[in-house]
Amino acid sequence: MSGLTYLIPIALLLGLAGLAAFFWAMRSGQFEDMDGAAARILIEDEDL
Amino acid sequence: MTALTSVAGEPLERTIFAVPGAHCAGCMAKIERGLDTLPGVVSARLNLTSRQLSVSHAQSVEIPELIAALERLGFAAQPLSGATAGRQDGESRALLRATAVAGFAAMNIMLLSVSVWSGAEGGTRDLFHLLSGMIAIPTVAYSGQPFFRSAWSALRHGRTNMDVPISIGVLLVTALSLFEALTGGPHAYFDGAVMLLFFLLVGRVLDSVMRDRARDGVAALLKQTAAGALVISEDGASSWLRAEELRSGMRMIIAAGERLAADGIVETGSSSLDLSLLTGESAPRPVGPGGSVHAGTLNLASPLTVRVTAVGQDSSIAEIARLMGEAGQGRSRYVRIADRAARLYAPAVHTLAASSFVVWILLGAGWHQALLIAAAVLIITCPCALGLAVPTAQIVAAGSLMRAGVLVKDGSALERLAEVDRALFDKTGTLTLGRPELVDAAALAPGVQAIALALAQHSRHPLAEAVRRAFEAKGVAPVALFEVQEEPGFGISASCRGERVSLARGESNDGLSTYFTRGTNKRVRLRFEDRLRPEVREAIHRLHDLGIECSVASGDSGPSVATAIRGLGLTAQTGMRPQDKLNLIARLHASGHNVLMVGDGLNDGPALAAGHVSLAPGSASDVGQNAADAVFLGDSLLPVAKAVAAARRTMHVVRQNFAIAIGYNVIAVPLAFAGMVTPLIAALAMSGSSLIVVGNALRLRNAAR
Repeated sequence: MSGLTYLIPIALLLGLAGLAAFFWAMRSGQFEDMDGAAARILIEDEDL
Repeated sequence: MTALTSVAGEPLERTIFAVPGAHCAGCMAKIERGLDTLPGVVSARLNLTSRQLSVSHAQSVEIPELIAALERLGFAAQPLSGATAGRQDGESRALLRATAVAGFAAMNIMLLSVSVWSGAEGGTRDLFHLLSGMIAIPTVAYSGQPFFRSAWSALRHGRTNMDVPISIGVLLVTALSLFEALTGGPHAYFDGAVMLLFFLLVGRVLDSVMRDRARDGVAALLKQTAAGALVISEDGASSWLRAEELRSGMRMIIAAGERLAADGIVETGSSSLDLSLLTGESAPRPVGPGGSVHAGTLNLASPLTVRVTAVGQDSSIAEIARLMGEAGQGRSRYVRIADRAARLYAPAVHTLAASSFVVWILLGAGWHQALLIAAAVLIITCPCALGLAVPTAQIVAAGSLMRAGVLVKDGSALERLAEVDRALFDKTGTLTLGRPELVDAAALAPGVQAIALALAQHSRHPLAEAVRRAFEAKGVAPVALFEVQEEPGFGISASCRGERVSLARGESNDGLSTYFTRGTNKRVRLRFEDRLRPEVREAIHRLHDLGIECSVASGDSGPSVATAIRGLGLTAQTGMRPQDKLNLIARLHASGHNVLMVGDGLNDGPALAAGHVSLAPGSASDVGQNAADAVFLGDSLLPVAKAVAAARRTMHVVRQNFAIAIGYNVIAVPLAFAGMVTPLIAALAMSGSSLIVVGNALRLRNAAR
């Protein structure tokens, strides 16, 4: 049972990290253009 | 990087364009790279979902330059004015954030709850309950806000809605569970409360996403009558002003092919104007000095100088706008099906919970136990299934309709569309295509067709465009022309291989026709017709099969309407002004009909706002598209019938979903009443019924077939 004392905080922290990542993604506009994001990968970079 | 250095120190401006033609990765690369090389442009980014291009540029770069650059790249673009530009999706984002928090909390609490259900006891159980509470309480405070706010505003006005039992249930359950956790009780319902919030928020997000998606689609179609104009000041300097910056008395120059941004009086120049967006009439109207012109009309032939007389609120469409405002009030009284269900459901839930409390007190249970059972009744009776029943069905159906070419603006439109039993059609632009089409292309020999096409390419006159469409579709290649001249109101001429060729109107007014002349040869008459949309007959037939009586309400004269709709088996009322159409709808409404209005022009605006529900074609005026509940794309009229059929199917599934939700209650409520609902049973019942409802809604994904 003593394992719980660090397992539970780890589980919560991981969950919170996921939540924070989602908020960050939303704030930085990654869900603004779902179709565009899928298409952009096909654009060849001429500068290279 | 040249752009960055060239604009150093100059303030930047951001302009949003609608680029409806962009649809692939190639388009994105072409547009973004093409604009980036333009001096003064700092960055250009295309949003493929909303088909909007955001350009940040130096203030010295004028909007027409950018439009011209886009045109060179092969894309038609329209600047979006402040009102439509930028997504006002604050609501969606707030809901999404609340959902993410609730989802995170629900998962973590469930993790702890599963351990409790699997037999954690004593200190461990209390610890888990406390931990659950520490996650649940901030979550309820944050994610519950949309419900608390809505419930509070309903209660303050002496009404009740679905959010009232939800709010009371969630708050009561959370408070009681906290008490349980602190006193070491066996059951805490934190998981139930948070999961309920999560499922209900998913429903709200779906509803909101559907509205955003349709709004973006419609915004990309808008023609933006009021983008701006080139204004010349007294000292002769000219500058580009946005429509909202125009003031009466200013003089603006309208180039051929530009739309007027304000009402005014022509000072110099003569041209012909395309009024089709305002009146739905496709024949152009000639205008000369002293003539009055209206915002939204398209200048076809040659440049005009116009003195602005009215802008924005004062312009000639203000009267139409006033009629629309009044007409729309009836529709805002429509009560959505979920709210109608809540009106019956909320009191029943409250009574049930209160009576379970009283009964258990009378049976000698302590206030604590009685309250716990009452809370369990509340939480089990406001099932997520009921919150998901309507939005899931509607978003799946709206997605299917979108693929079939119908953009439905919100869920309430689908509900109203299902109730329709009478349909009114406008004629020009709705039953017909609203643009002239060349009838007898074969009147010209193939070699001559190439000359006619070349001539037509030099004009924006609707008849010239029709010639261009007809011959381009046949794969005719244009010849080279010299000395091209366009004479407003008359036609276009040029020299070709030493001969004078022209496309011009005849002397007499003999319907929609134009004459092609080559050298001294006999002139050839080209006839045009405003054709019926494809599949009109089938659309009307299908509507008839759905039990909907169709008729035509047109502002046009009797004979021309009769010719147009001959053989369709429709009755028509003609010569109707906007007010007459409103009165007709009011009469039909008074006799108990739910009217579907299908129209496109500015003159249909009030009728579109007044109809029980309304549809506009994608070619409609901005006013028409804004007033309509749904917009259908493409030339065919069939989507109208498909939309009604899909809406009815949707309501069928919504009712099934309600039946499922109620069936679930019939089983779950007695258990809750008997005090037998443990947190485990509540969790299973909730997720089970939600899954069934979502699964049922998914059957609608081909609803618009």
